[in-house]
Amino acid sequence: MTGALSTRKLAVLLAIWALLASAPYWMPPLGGYTALGTRVLVLALAAMSVNFLLGFTGVLSFGHAAYFGLGAYGAGLALKFLAPSTPLALLCGMLLGGLVGAALGWVIARRRGVYFAMVTIAIGQVFYYIAFQWSSLTGGDDGLRGFSRQPIDFGLFKLDIVSNSQAFYYFVLVCFALVVAIMAFILRSPFGRTLIAIRENERRARFLGVPVERHIWIAFSLSCFFMGFAGALYALVNNFADPRGLHYSQSGDFVMMAVMGGMRNFWGPLLGAAVFVVLQDYLSSVTVNWMSGVGVLFVLIVLFFPRGLLGVVKRKVQA
Amino acid sequence: MSSALEAKTANGATSEPRAKVLEVANVGKRFGSLAAVTDVSLAVGRGELRAIIGPNGAGKTTFFNLISGFFPPSTGRIVFDGRDVTTMPAHRRVAIGMARTFQITEIFPELTVYENLQIGAEIAAGFRLRPWLSRAEKTAIRIRIDEIVELAGLADKVDRLVGELAHGDQRVAEIAMALTLRPRLLLLDEPAAGMGDQETYAVTRLIRDLHRGGEMAIVLIEHDMRVVFGLADRITVLDQGRLLAEGSPQEIAANAAVQQAYLGKAA
Repeated sequence: MTGALSTRKLAVLLAIWALLASAPYWMPPLGGYTALGTRVLVLALAAMSVNFLLGFTGVLSFGHAAYFGLGAYGAGLALKFLAPSTPLALLCGMLLGGLVGAALGWVIARRRGVYFAMVTIAIGQVFYYIAFQWSSLTGGDDGLRGFSRQPIDFGLFKLDIVSNSQAFYYFVLVCFALVVAIMAFILRSPFGRTLIAIRENERRARFLGVPVERHIWIAFSLSCFFMGFAGALYALVNNFADPRGLHYSQSGDFVMMAVMGGMRNFWGPLLGAAVFVVLQDYLSSVTVNWMSGVGVLFVLIVLFFPRGLLGVVKRKVQA
Repeated sequence: MSSALEAKTANGATSEPRAKVLEVANVGKRFGSLAAVTDVSLAVGRGELRAIIGPNGAGKTTFFNLISGFFPPSTGRIVFDGRDVTTMPAHRRVAIGMARTFQITEIFPELTVYENLQIGAEIAAGFRLRPWLSRAEKTAIRIRIDEIVELAGLADKVDRLVGELAHGDQRVAEIAMALTLRPRLLLLDEPAAGMGDQETYAVTRLIRDLHRGGEMAIVLIEHDMRVVFGLADRITVLDQGRLLAEGSPQEIAANAAVQQAYLGKAA
């Protein structure tokens, strides 16, 4: 039933967090490196934000990279022009992505299905071209450079996330955990249940008294705030913001991660992002056509495991 | 808070003693050149059980869609509990006490019976946008759901996925979902559609129990004449989108025009 977490769910949660918390220790022996783990976390956060809409509200945005990219530029510009503060950069990135998303979502949330997806792509591309063309502010095609993440000052001590990649990983993990906890919290609330109602049967939701458009708008706005935050983290990872981070192909990557991992599952996009990033890292050292490899895997998963990788794991466990 | 739940009931019970809960005046609906409903008027009293019958294509479901706000009428006026709701969006009609079911069952098949009822119960309690509930509020919701599940005879199936239930139980679950909203007007679109004798009997008994409860008015569309004549206080007959007759079950059974249009040309 609802309410209390079952013991098995609790065990799975513990295992996930233990794996994430110990990643800097088990990744290098397996041929990985800590920065790779950091990338997985950030892109997983973005994929989970997309999935907040796709998997739990039932609407597909193909333009969410725009809010990710805006988050990255927001963080970069704040570091470059406002003040050298990492928390401020995260806040600015989140607000830029979130507020723009909330304003546009008002229009977008009235569309459904293919139209929703098309409008999100179109609006996303507008921001891509703005970032691409407005060279004086954004650096245009070369991207935004000339900023760097700053140590976090806790008063008593400073956390060096600039050169210590392990400290940075844990900083990102804490940020990831915070946002993911908020997402989970929302989805378990009465409001979250109305979103699932919309996903399951929009007509029934409406005739249970849910103002469907307004709730989709709220969900869209929330997911843009999460997305902006993820984008801001991404700018900190690279000390760089790239117009291609707003491009619709980037949106497609996020959707792909969510679908590969399993979009009906809260943790699916994390697995999807891990597979995507690790595969990309490995294949791109072998061939420039690394995307073909990822693409083949994606097609295979969609054809044979429509519920995603985590869907398969779940069924195996239950059987 | 449980007081929030109770406040709603108190409101419903103590609102001014208006005789009619639903007053429909001369409504019509056109789809292009097709007039699905033309100039239909009807008034339903508080606690009344009204059946709407008519041959296929008589405009019964369209008429339901107009009352519940699925789409606005082309002409006419709809008043619910003294408020003009003619152009009010569907979700707001729900908020002021109107609930409906559909001819083709509309449920959340991949959720459990409990979860299906939880959404409506939380909305009725005013928790729609709440980020969390207190322990007392959760308990109040659970008690409310237990009540309805008991009434609907689904108590042993609360944790089953609704999509896995038998057809009859799914229809009943949909009625139960509507009940979580504490409506003053319940619209049932062919509640016995596709049911066997046993299931029809069970759903008829459920509707009779709801009717005996008193306050809530029920309007139902039904083809099964045993259900209609066994339950209704009054019957409205539609034919080709128009009001053909209205009266007590006895009057309708004896009405020559109805017999001609609907029951066959035997008379």
